[in-house]
Amino acid sequence: MGLTAQSTGIHAFLEELSHSPLKADAVVALAGNPNTGKSTVFNGLTGLNQHTGNWPGKTVVLAKGNYRHKNKNITLVDLPGTYSLLANSADEQVARDFICFGDPDATVVVADATCLERNLNLVLQVIEITPKTILCVNLVDEAKRKRIAVDCPGLERSLGIPVIPTAARDKVGLTELKEAIHKVAFGLQSNQPKRIIYNERLEAAIGRIQGEVERLFQGKFNSRWVALRLLDGDPSIIHEMRNYLENGPGSKQNKIDGRGSGML
Amino acid sequence: MNNLEIDFDRLLQKAETERRQLGAVRDEVVQELYREAQRIAGKVVKKQGNKRDLDRTIDNIVTSKIFGYPLMLALLSFIFWLTISGANLPSALLADLLFGFQHRLTAFFQWVGAPGWLHGVLVLGLYRGLAWVVSVMLPPMAIFFPLFTFLEDLGYLPRVAFNLDHLFKKAGAHGKQILTMCMGFGCNAAGIIACRIIESPRERLIAILTNNFVPCNGRFPTMITMAAVFLGILAKDYNSFAASALVAGVVVLGVLVTLAVSWALSKTLLKGVPSTFTLELPPYRIPKIGPLLIRSVLDRTLFVLMRAVVVAAPAGAITWILANLRVGDLSILAHLAGWLQGFGHAIGLDGFIVLAFILGLPANEIVIPILIMSYLAQGMIMELDSIDALRELLVKNGWTWLTVLNMMLFSLLHFPCATTLLTIGKETQSPKWTVLAALIPTGIGVMVCFGITQIVRALGLV
Repeated sequence: MGLTAQSTGIHAFLEELSHSPLKADAVVALAGNPNTGKSTVFNGLTGLNQHTGNWPGKTVVLAKGNYRHKNKNITLVDLPGTYSLLANSADEQVARDFICFGDPDATVVVADATCLERNLNLVLQVIEITPKTILCVNLVDEAKRKRIAVDCPGLERSLGIPVIPTAARDKVGLTELKEAIHKVAFGLQSNQPKRIIYNERLEAAIGRIQGEVERLFQGKFNSRWVALRLLDGDPSIIHEMRNYLENGPGSKQNKIDGRGSGML
Repeated sequence: MNNLEIDFDRLLQKAETERRQLGAVRDEVVQELYREAQRIAGKVVKKQGNKRDLDRTIDNIVTSKIFGYPLMLALLSFIFWLTISGANLPSALLADLLFGFQHRLTAFFQWVGAPGWLHGVLVLGLYRGLAWVVSVMLPPMAIFFPLFTFLEDLGYLPRVAFNLDHLFKKAGAHGKQILTMCMGFGCNAAGIIACRIIESPRERLIAILTNNFVPCNGRFPTMITMAAVFLGILAKDYNSFAASALVAGVVVLGVLVTLAVSWALSKTLLKGVPSTFTLELPPYRIPKIGPLLIRSVLDRTLFVLMRAVVVAAPAGAITWILANLRVGDLSILAHLAGWLQGFGHAIGLDGFIVLAFILGLPANEIVIPILIMSYLAQGMIMELDSIDALRELLVKNGWTWLTVLNMMLFSLLHFPCATTLLTIGKETQSPKWTVLAALIPTGIGVMVCFGITQIVRALGLV
């Protein structure tokens, strides 16, 4: 069962990831809106240690790269630039599937300091999925020129996740970013992300099915988020969840092998 | 199936029941996300510059519920008015120049003693077709395209998409469709390629199938000319403001038909729910005039003109041959038109007009030249150097204001040109959708023209 599903999409990509020559100690996803300097951050962190690979079955190209920090090998996966994770397009679906089902040890969202409000939309969606999120507020130099000031400590308090200001073009803030990734990915710091509260009727409905989700997936996924998606009736997420169940929790396809931290 | 999967199906059913009671979950989620993002940004972002605030103020007016639509209509009419009134003089000058040169060519052909048919094909067919297309099309394009590019560079077009988004959503289509329609004003083939920006295959197909309802640059000259003729027949004095309002009205009708057909498609052949998307409203920028002129003149005006010329020249020659080769005592053209006369009359046109649309399949811009050539070949010889002369010719061939009106409507609502159809074939990879893309507009056009004609005739208005 599910053989075709295993050989395409996320599973094939993860399989490919696990055959990397370098054993990764942690896998980190890099998300962000288009035109936020996400690629500059990616290049700044990984230098020349990059490969690009196709997301099987979709015309989406993913780049991954490696860097070492504090004697740990980190694999960084550059997700497609998207405005949201509501899976309207192939790009958005790939980004969402990786963050949700790829089980990265941390997810970095790169945001543009000059138009933060628009970028926060994606940040809020990511922290709904995983608390292991770091916000990288890039282009602070450009924002300064435009006389826009972003209060990063305040943002950290509002979102409940680490917020690192960077000017990736000039390599400013990248060391701090690596440090924040290190702390989140290896569990030295746990986040309490801001939870978005929806209207009462929706919250009540979430409450009614969240428990069942929790029981079925044994804490593998964020049950509140899964409940919300099921209520939204998103067919692509239902497909991925069924795939996960068919392969059986803990089966080889659902682990990222070769990085020392299988999740079950 | 293991137990977990049975449980999962039960969970899905439960979620489905809840979902039906809740209604628009996605809307609530998106709204709440935006509200939260706005709240947080408001707290942590401090701006000292006021450029953005100015943009906000402009946006609040331009995209407001009260001023949004009237402003769009006013801008559209204003651009048409500038185009129509500005194009008159250069059009007349160009026509003088080019048709003047035709006499020289004729003189040259007589001097070398060329046979009459060669003069006919090359000068009366090929050259005259070309001269007509250049003098009629070049001036309006040279005015319309820079103006349109100006609005584009200014950042106004994304606001138009924003204004119309909810209408398209109601029609089951994608808000970005309006951007592909804007491209369609230039050229429907380009508009159909632009549909690639729509991610969802269903909505992309809707956008492709309806793009033809936006009059492209090849049809604008037809409509502008017809608007002038229409007013000429009705009122005798030509008013460029009324003519531009009439053209703007046709464009609005095109948008309404687009919405209606999108809605019908999304309820029948292409069922589904419209997807949400993020539309960036870029900051307003005053466009740089130099590059703007170069880009709009070279990339658009000359490009479209060249294409028209390449198609118009052979079409002109072929039409002349059809109009002058006789079978029995009538030309081939007259025979063909005769067969189409019954159908043409029923929809308020005539056989020659229907034939001109069919022969104009390679490019819409040659419909009027073909029509003129077919009428002229019926014996009258006259110089067509003004709208008035054209009106006289048409009226002599039995046109009424109803014919002109139907001509405008059918020009808006008929099969796309060959280039566009080829593009649709390439983009959809499906002969079925390509055929539908031709049948849907033609069917609507026939119905609309037939309906109007029968009503007007029944009321005895013509």
